[in-house]
Amino acid sequence: MLIDYLPVLIYMLIAVGLVGVIVLLSELLGKKRHTPAKDMPYECGMDPIGDARHRYTVRFYVIAMFFVVFDIEAIFLYPWAVIFKSLGWFGFVEMLVFIGILVVGLVYVWGKGALEWE
Amino acid sequence: MEQLTQFSATELARMIAGLIGVIALVSVNALFLIWMERKVAAHMQLRPGPMEVGPHGAIQTIADAVKLLGKELITPEEVDRPIYLLAPIVVFLPVLLCFLVVPFSQSLIIRDMNVGIVLILAFSTLTVLAILMGGWASNNKYAVFGAFRSVAQNIAYEIPLLLTVMSIILMVGSFRLTDIVAAQSRYWYIFVQPLAFILYIICATAETNRTPFDLPEAESELVAGFHTEYSGMRFALFFLAEYTNMFIVSAVGAVLFLGGWRGPILPGIFWFLIKVYALIFLIMWFRWTFPRVRFDQLITFAWKILIPLAFANLLITALVLKL
Repeated sequence: MLIDYLPVLIYMLIAVGLVGVIVLLSELLGKKRHTPAKDMPYECGMDPIGDARHRYTVRFYVIAMFFVVFDIEAIFLYPWAVIFKSLGWFGFVEMLVFIGILVVGLVYVWGKGALEWE
Repeated sequence: MEQLTQFSATELARMIAGLIGVIALVSVNALFLIWMERKVAAHMQLRPGPMEVGPHGAIQTIADAVKLLGKELITPEEVDRPIYLLAPIVVFLPVLLCFLVVPFSQSLIIRDMNVGIVLILAFSTLTVLAILMGGWASNNKYAVFGAFRSVAQNIAYEIPLLLTVMSIILMVGSFRLTDIVAAQSRYWYIFVQPLAFILYIICATAETNRTPFDLPEAESELVAGFHTEYSGMRFALFFLAEYTNMFIVSAVGAVLFLGGWRGPILPGIFWFLIKVYALIFLIMWFRWTFPRVRFDQLITFAWKILIPLAFANLLITALVLKL
């Protein structure tokens, strides 16, 4: 069972090593000459003003929250999808109810105006 | 234990051979795609594009790659060093892992796993993590904005993508990519699922941050977006990952909708590559056809149009299968 995934792990380890070597090689090959201006964050040639990590709009949080809800829902649906043919009408109706609840949620969020960016 | 040792000898060899093949493919594909992108762009604007290096500028990208290798790696002072250095590796790794299950032909596949499509979907999602890491750690305003936009965009388009792929899984009843191709022996799924194909291509374009959804790296407003502070080989890894992601979404599209390696006369691998590059050409075509969308349009388009359509497509597919 789990041994089936061992090759994936092996493959991943080799890949990590390889990418590491590529980065390390270019680190060694390239020249290094520091100047104060070069080490500054790029901001169209001017000295950077303040820190880059500002507070950002709360809408990103809202989108992230919706994503978690709908993504988990998609994860629940995948096992259903793969055995759908052998489930019969009961499986269909059951998922219809599940998706129906989510669609009600989407309609509610839509109506509340949470999907508007303005 | 015996099973383990027996398995590891042949499997290890297969994994290493596969990885070498994938690395070769990734490099050649990126070199070719960059040249193709320039040529497609040029010819759509009625100009010749690169012509100097090699016939029709064919080895221009090799010259560019050699130049990139010798470039200085600049690490700005205020970056979060560990995250900043890790991001190019994290962006490139899932790209290599996705190839593990891509069926280039009947037998040309590194490992035919029963979770194939889920594995690709899971690993390709990691790209957004790398983009956030790179953008945040750079401590550059453009990079941070680019990273935020990219995360919001990628997660918004992830959901219709998952739902669209699910409608194909419903018809096949298996996650195995070779099963999906085998199920299309009579007709391609693009003919029975045209809406799913359109949704898939839109989501794939958005997931790979291509125009008209290229807000994370919109040149005219954000310089280079999340990889503004990366140079040399680190930048090259971001770039490689981007072009290889294009190949992967097109390969998945070819498997799901265009019958994978199936086709008359020519061997399977040729058909597979023809279909993949045809889809890539389509995505490149979009770039010179549609103007870039605004950010609010981008988000509302995903939530108000794509997700309801994907739900409808899924339910109609399920209903038709039951009838």
